[in-house]
Amino acid sequence: MDIIVCVKHVPETAEAELKIDATGKGIEKTGLVFDINEWDDYALEEAVRIKEKFGGTVTAITVGPEDSDNTLRKCLARGADKAIRVTDSKFAGSDAYATAKILYSVIRNMHFDLILTGAQAGDDGSAVVGPVLAEFLGVPHATMVKKIVLDGDKAIVNRELEGGFEERLEVKLPALFTVQTGINEPRYVSIMGIRKAMQKEIKVMRLADIGLSENDVGETGSWLVIEKLYLPPVEKQTEFLKGSPDEIAAKVIEILKSRGLI
Amino acid sequence: MAEIFVLAEHRQGALRDITFEMLTKAREIAEKTNANLTAVLLGKNVKEHAKTLAEYAKNVLLIEDSRLENFNSDVYHKVLSHLIRQRKPVLTIIGHTSYGVELAPRLAAALNIPLATDCIDFDFEGERFTVTRQIYGGKVNAKVVLRKSESYMVTLRQAAFQAKKPPMPLNGQIEEIQPPLIEEVTAKRFLEYVPPPPGGVDITAASVLVGIGRGVKDQSNIPIVEELAKSLGGVLACSRPVVDKGWLPNDRQVGTSGKIVKPKLYIALGISGAFQHVLGMKNSDLIIAVNKDPKAPIFSFSDYGIVEDLFKIVPALKNKINELKAQKVT
Repeated sequence: MDIIVCVKHVPETAEAELKIDATGKGIEKTGLVFDINEWDDYALEEAVRIKEKFGGTVTAITVGPEDSDNTLRKCLARGADKAIRVTDSKFAGSDAYATAKILYSVIRNMHFDLILTGAQAGDDGSAVVGPVLAEFLGVPHATMVKKIVLDGDKAIVNRELEGGFEERLEVKLPALFTVQTGINEPRYVSIMGIRKAMQKEIKVMRLADIGLSENDVGETGSWLVIEKLYLPPVEKQTEFLKGSPDEIAAKVIEILKSRGLI
Repeated sequence: MAEIFVLAEHRQGALRDITFEMLTKAREIAEKTNANLTAVLLGKNVKEHAKTLAEYAKNVLLIEDSRLENFNSDVYHKVLSHLIRQRKPVLTIIGHTSYGVELAPRLAAALNIPLATDCIDFDFEGERFTVTRQIYGGKVNAKVVLRKSESYMVTLRQAAFQAKKPPMPLNGQIEEIQPPLIEEVTAKRFLEYVPPPPGGVDITAASVLVGIGRGVKDQSNIPIVEELAKSLGGVLACSRPVVDKGWLPNDRQVGTSGKIVKPKLYIALGISGAFQHVLGMKNSDLIIAVNKDPKAPIFSFSDYGIVEDLFKIVPALKNKINELKAQKVT
């Protein structure tokens, strides 16, 4: 099984306070911790598990600046065999569609049985790269996959539906699956693994190496261009309870009492 | 006349809420741009749905085929590509559901139609088509312009709009179309639905829920929060990351991929408020949220907010409840 995993280096924003930057089109990145996109983390783990079971190789690919090497190193430390970073200043402003084109132009020259990506990215949340890449490559795909069972030249996958339901599909290989969180439990990386990963080569490819033109990438090659970012309007005016934990607890109790909840 | 397509979504014999939400938003755009609103219905034995849709749309395109019995994005792709090429709608609206996520990007790429996914709003602004999306887990809104095109596609976030019936049923015309001659799809096959495993706890029946999220940090902290839930006569529920980590079983998950709940009291502990979770709990009677991050989206949906470490608030609350109970006993 030769598996390609597409990963993205993204800021962790679940517990961070975000500020819009001076351009109004991005967020201030200073102080944010960047790491592998959460969904991609599960995709990578799944790829490594499949390799451990069936043999083959795992290649991690990212489209991003040099900092993304940290995410690729993490992939190598976890068990990826090779890593490729596709980088060019011309890529700036590329949306999910342009990113899929960039990935396609690299992957079309590679052998693979399976491509895994995260179901979405924690930054733009578009859930577009995987299926568009599958379209370009002409291979079948399944999204939001919670279980993969390989069986010869096909895979049986469970896709997540709403309300706790799943559906089971049979998909012919080679195929592309986008992986939903919770499919597995990503492993911790050993110190040894990190040391080994530091010695592995990360292959760097640029626009000139992948056969795309400037117009295919960046804002001109994209479907979407951000006009402005803004903080979401408040839906409900929250009353903030302030004071020491004891004082806050007393206020909560009063609220619950007044509503007959205790 | 320009035409707007809404892809009706249905599963196991029922039209899904997102269908009516899409039709509501589409009606607004159709009126503004003087476009024809067309519901597109693909399936097998779905004529009854066509009648329902006709109350909401000027036209209903109905295609019935045994290959459309269960959703298979490859088959949908082939049929819709054909329809979109033929009728060239200015806009195609698909739900940002597990079906839309599977179908829309690939369809848009194949047709070379600009697509924006997971939109919470969209509009024609003169020559431009713009959308509003949420990024960074709902912490930031983005206004986005789509590349100029004859035709656009969006996927609409669930519950972004409240479904409303037209003031008068539109009595839309149902047009039954023969399925285009499509070759057999063999690369992807629907096998079966897998229902959620039977659970031990029904969180939809509880009147008090204590929901926990990423902020609970570790499985070893679960008993601390569970005690609070019990002392309030309630049940522990959670957001997705807690289930992903295996700390609580699936049947405790609140949100689009879990359960929709409406308790009398929902206490959200260390939950950031990703929209998938919020959709599952925002109609609770009283919502109290505890989170260290004052900008956590959950505070936009709460009656009361507490910006503090949950591990300081939970013990304080438990003490007060115990005191109260002790008083009652004496």
